Amino acid sequence: MSSDTAPTEGGPAGATPTLYVVVVGCGRLGSRLASSLSRQGHSVVAIDNDPATFGDLATDFSGFRLEGDAAQLAVLREAKAPEADALIATTHDDNVNLMVAQVARNIFGVPHVLARVFDPKREEVYARLGIDTICPTTVAADLFLSSVTEGAARLRRAAP
Amino acid sequence: MRALIVGGGTTVYFLCRDFASKGHEVVVVNRDERECVRLARQLPATVVCGDGSDASVLGDAGARSADVVLALTPNDQDNLVICQLASLQFGVPRTLALANDPDNVAVLHKLGVPAFSMTDVVSTIIEQRATTDQITNLLPVGEGRVIVTEVRLDDASPALGRSLEDVALPANALVAAIMRDDDVIVPHGSSCLNSGDRLLLVTQPDNHAAVLRALTGERR
Repeated sequence: MSSDTAPTEGGPAGATPTLYVVVVGCGRLGSRLASSLSRQGHSVVAIDNDPATFGDLATDFSGFRLEGDAAQLAVLREAKAPEADALIATTHDDNVNLMVAQVARNIFGVPHVLARVFDPKREEVYARLGIDTICPTTVAADLFLSSVTEGAARLRRAAP
Repeated sequence: MRALIVGGGTTVYFLCRDFASKGHEVVVVNRDERECVRLARQLPATVVCGDGSDASVLGDAGARSADVVLALTPNDQDNLVICQLASLQFGVPRTLALANDPDNVAVLHKLGVPAFSMTDVVSTIIEQRATTDQITNLLPVGEGRVIVTEVRLDDASPALGRSLEDVALPANALVAAIMRDDDVIVPHGSSCLNSGDRLLLVTQPDNHAAVLRALTGERR
């Protein structure tokens, strides 16, 4: 899709539909996600309680910036979370992410909800509640492990 | 009863002291090391230092054998996760979370965690006390959806000498008992009201004021 054709919902077949995405937490991960989604033509609202973090958004970010504590229902409402197609919770506080994700999914009925959870133990419990989580520790460990085992296999193959 | 309380500050201190004096076994979880040392010195309770929303800390604090977990930290998201971990991971039969933001009482309920708001409780009491001084007791139950009140009828009551069915009480309100001298009367529609009667009322927030008006008259 070229950058000058704004995608529209229910547009021509083959075009990616525009999604309305709420990104909670605008740190390194959140700002990167919000910037990429905005560049892909999606409508994005980035929420953070520290407005300084909005400086991390790409210069061509065309979404909304909302300052506030997403653990407060009023803030999520202000972000029009009930109308969102997707919500991604990426604050540095696992518990905020888990609460926001549950509110989005169980109260607002947001169809696609993802939460970053640093603590692998907490991740297991919430997987049982049907909350989709991504644990950077687990993901990184898996990547490191496969890289190490592949490296070892290459070394073995290269060995005389 | 074995109670596990997560939080700190004076409220938690006095709550623990009260529970302990009633013979309950109390475990306090607090993440601040200095506060833990102080609590351990002052309370006949086990004090565990750590993050109460960390499953291993809850486990160390004996969550598996706790009868009730109270999450009273200043952060609603922490209180939610503490209670969910307690019930999901450790099978604690009863949990209760403090909702610092009154809006979160409903949110936590919908997420399966019983919760209460200090703001709601205190403001209800203050509002009711401000409207009449005849209220001697007031207890919000069912997370504030039901109010149990004790009201004394004085000579200015418009309900004196009338039977309960003649006093037009709003729907969904009940005079549960009439305390007259040394007697306790469980009233019928034909029971008459006298000056000096103390009534035990069961009301709801939306009809509470109207019930008080019907029984004690307009005030202020």
